[in-house]
Amino acid sequence: MKDGPAVLEGQHFLLGDHACAEGALAAGCRFFAGYPITPSTEIAERLAHRLPEVGGIFVQMEDELASMAAIVGASVAGARAMTATSGPGFSLMMENVGLAAMMEVPCVVVNVQRGAPSTGLPTLVAQADVMQARWGSHGDYEIVAYAPASPQECFDLTVRAFNTADQYRIPVFVLADEVVGHMTERVVIPPPDAIPKVERKRPRTAPGGDGFLPFQADDDLVPPMAHAGEGYRVHFTGLTHDERGYPATNAEAHDRLVRRLVEKVRRHAWRIEEYEESQLEDARVVVIAYGSTARSARRAVAVAREEGIRAGLLRPITLWPFPGERVRRLAERVGAVVVPELNMGQIAREVERFTHRPVLGVNHAGGAMLPPEPILDTIREAATR
Amino acid sequence: MRREVRLAGYGGQGIILIGLLLGKAAALHDGKEAVFTQSYGPEARGGASNADVVIADAPVDYPLVTRPDCLVVMFQEAYERHRPGLVEGGLLVLDQDLVRPDPGEGAFHAIPATRLAEGLGKKIVANVVMLGFFTAVSGLVRREAVEAALRSTLAPRLLELNLRAFATGYDYAPHAREAA
Amino acid sequence: MTTLMAERHPSDPLFRADRLPHIWCPGCGIGPAMHAYAQALVESGIPLDRHVCVSGIGCSGRVPGYLNIDSYHTTHGRAIPFAMAVALVRPQLEVAVFSGDGDLFAIGGNHFIHAARRNVDLNVICINNFNYGMTGGQVGPTTPMGARATTAPYGNYEQPFSLPYLAAATGAVFVARWTSLHLRQLKQAILRAMKKRGLTFIEVLAPCPVGFGRPNEIGDAMEEMMLYRERCVVDHGAPLAALDIDLRQRDHPIVLGNFVDIERPVFDPLAMRRPAPEVEDHAPLARKEQEG
Ligand code: SF4
Repeated sequence: MKDGPAVLEGQHFLLGDHACAEGALAAGCRFFAGYPITPSTEIAERLAHRLPEVGGIFVQMEDELASMAAIVGASVAGARAMTATSGPGFSLMMENVGLAAMMEVPCVVVNVQRGAPSTGLPTLVAQADVMQARWGSHGDYEIVAYAPASPQECFDLTVRAFNTADQYRIPVFVLADEVVGHMTERVVIPPPDAIPKVERKRPRTAPGGDGFLPFQADDDLVPPMAHAGEGYRVHFTGLTHDERGYPATNAEAHDRLVRRLVEKVRRHAWRIEEYEESQLEDARVVVIAYGSTARSARRAVAVAREEGIRAGLLRPITLWPFPGERVRRLAERVGAVVVPELNMGQIAREVERFTHRPVLGVNHAGGAMLPPEPILDTIREAATR
Repeated sequence: MRREVRLAGYGGQGIILIGLLLGKAAALHDGKEAVFTQSYGPEARGGASNADVVIADAPVDYPLVTRPDCLVVMFQEAYERHRPGLVEGGLLVLDQDLVRPDPGEGAFHAIPATRLAEGLGKKIVANVVMLGFFTAVSGLVRREAVEAALRSTLAPRLLELNLRAFATGYDYAPHAREAA
Repeated sequence: MTTLMAERHPSDPLFRADRLPHIWCPGCGIGPAMHAYAQALVESGIPLDRHVCVSGIGCSGRVPGYLNIDSYHTTHGRAIPFAMAVALVRPQLEVAVFSGDGDLFAIGGNHFIHAARRNVDLNVICINNFNYGMTGGQVGPTTPMGARATTAPYGNYEQPFSLPYLAAATGAVFVARWTSLHLRQLKQAILRAMKKRGLTFIEVLAPCPVGFGRPNEIGDAMEEMMLYRERCVVDHGAPLAALDIDLRQRDHPIVLGNFVDIERPVFDPLAMRRPAPEVEDHAPLARKEQEG
C-alpha cells in the first residue's frame, strides 16, 4: 500500500502550498485533518494524495473546529499532526489552539493569509493575522510562528515547525501568505537523513510505576509526554491542572501552570528566534519586513543602495517570538526604521516596543502584494531625516 | 538579467501548463532562477487565463510580473488586455489565426500554433507548439532545458506527441536565438 | 454543590482514588452511569491500558477524569473529533466519548452527525439530563417542550431532539437508550457497543435534581427516579420516530431499549487503497428488529 517516498528528495519546481505539504511529510507528519479554504486548499489536496502513499491519515473534517480538535487528538495518540487553513478557519481553530497550549500538545497549523477581516478577499494576499497568531485564543500562552518568504522556506519552516512543536510541546504556526503559498519556485528537498528531526521528549520510567507525573516538567520546563495506549493512564484536561494532570482550580495552581507555559517558550526564545540580515553593517535606514513583503523590500533596498542610500534589511523568520533584542540593538545605531507590511501596522507596533521611537510604516490592507516602489519612497524619505 | 514573461489565452488552451514548463525549464534545467505565478479568483474563472514567469540570473526578489518583457497571446481579448503593459521594444508573440494585431503594431512574431497542432492530430498541443516557438524566438531558455521539463512533467503516454509539438513550434522560427 | 464520598467498591482500582470525592451533587445520575461504564471496562476483556475515554465540557464531561484509564477532558463540544483522531491513529484502542447532551448535541452536534455518517469507531455515551447542569440549569437541545429552565422561565418552546432517532438517522450502527436506574441493561449495552466496530450511541437518561428536577417540580432525585420507573417501558423494536420524550403528558411513555444494531463499513481513511473487503453491507439504515 505504501508506494511513495515520504521525503521527495531532489530539486522540484513547487507551489508554496505544496512545499508546505512536502515539508510536513518529510518531517514525519502522518495525520492531517482540515477543511478546504482558499488559499490553503492546495495543501489539503496534496496531502489527500500523498499521505495515503506513506500510510498516513488524511481526513477532511466538517469544519475547522473539528480539524483543530482532531490534530490535538492525533498528537496525544503519538502522531505528528497538522492542519492548514486561512483567516476564517484560523479564527475557528483558536479554541483548540488554546487547548493544545494548555494540554501541551505539539501540533502544526499552516495559515495561508488572505485579505481580512471576515470573508475579506478569499483569493488575495494580506498579512493581517499576525497578531491573531500571537493572541488569538483566550488567555496567556506562548506559541511560535514562522513566516516563510518562498516555497523553499515553506518546506524548510514546516519541517522546523514540527521540531519546535515537539521540543516545547506547543502549537506552532507557519504563517504564510497567499503570494508565497501560490507562487512556484525551485525547492530543494534534502535526503531523508539530512532532514533535521527533534524527537518529542518521552517518559523515562516504565508505565505502572509511581515515578511518572505527566505534567511534571524537567529543568527546561517541558514535561515528557506519554501517549494514549502506552499504559501510563494519563489524564489531560483543558482545566488548570497539577503535575498529575488533575484539575486544580485555584489561584496558586493556575499561576504556577500558566507561568510555566509562558516561561518554557520565553526562556528559550533566544534559541527559537530566527531572522535574516542583509546589508545591515553600515545601514542608516533599516527595513524590517517578512513573508512576501520581504521580497519587495529586498528590491527596494537594492535600488536604494544603487542611489547611494545606506539601507539594509532585517527579515524576521520567526514573527513569534519576535527578534526584538536584535531590533533594539539595530535601532540604537540606525537613523530610521521602515516597516512595510500588508496590514495596518501590526509588526510595526511590535518593532516600536523595541525601538522606543516611531517607525515609518508602509501599510496596505491587502489584496495585492506590496510593491517595491512605496517602500523605496519611504526609504528615500527616511534617508533625508 | 531579469525578464518578465506573460502568457495569455483562454481557459482550456493549456496556458498555465506552458507557464509552469517554462519556469521549470529555467529553474531546474537551465541554471537560472524562476518564479511562476498565475491569477486566482473570480477573474481567473471566466474565459481568460494567464500565466506569469519571471526568469533571472540571480534570485528573484519581487515575484510578480508588472511590465512584461515578453508577451505571448493566443486569444484576441488577451492581446487587447495585455498589449498595453508590454515594455517598449518588448517581444510580442502571437497565434496568427487567433489574434489580429493592430494595424500599427510594430515587430512581432506570429505562428499558426493551433493550426500546426491540428496538423499533428491534436489541437490541444497548440500550447506546446507555442512554447517551442517562444523558446526559439526569445532565447530565454535553452531548447534542451524545456525538453527536459516536458519529460519530467508529462505523463509518458503524452510525451512523444508533446515533444513533436515542441519541435514543430521551435523549427517554425526562421532563426532560433541562442539561449544565453 | 455539596459532595458525596464514594463508597468502597470492588471496582475501586478503576478509579483514580486520589481524585475522589467527585464533584457531583447528591442524587446526580452521572455517577451510577459512570459505574456501569467502569464495570463494562472490566468485563469487556480488553485490558484497561487499551481503553481511552474522551469528554467535552459539563458535569458529564468530568467522568473520564475519575477513571483510571487514559482520559482526555477536551473543549466544549469537541470530544468527538478529538476522539476520532485517537481512534484513527491507534486503531487497537477502544475509544469512548462520555459526555452530556448539551456538549454532544448543541455545541457539538455537527461533529456527532458527521462522525455517525462516517461511522467512526467510537462508543458515544451521552448523559441526557435535559438541561445544562454545570452552569445551573439552562435550557438545552433535549429539554422537553414546556419544561422550565433558567433561560426558559416560561417553559421551553423549542422542539427537542430525540437522540436515538437522530443517531439512527445519521448512521450509528448501534443505538440504545437506558437510564441511570437501568444499570444492568446499560452495562450490557455498553459491552455490546464495545464489541461493535463503528459508531455506537447510548443515551442515558439521568436525574439532575438541581438543574432540572427542582424547577420542574419533579422533586428530588428519588422522585425523578420514580418517574423513570413509572414511565419507562422497554421496547427494543419501537419505531425510531416514536422515541420522543414528553414529560408533561403523564401517559406518554419513555421508551427504552437497544433500538438499532446493524453493520456498516467502519470509517477508514485508507479504505480506497486497501484490497476490497469480502462482504460489505451498505444498507445504512437497515434495522435489525429485536423480538422480545
Ligand atoms: S448539576 Fe445536575 S448534572 Fe451536574 S452534578 Fe449536579 S445533579 Fe449532576
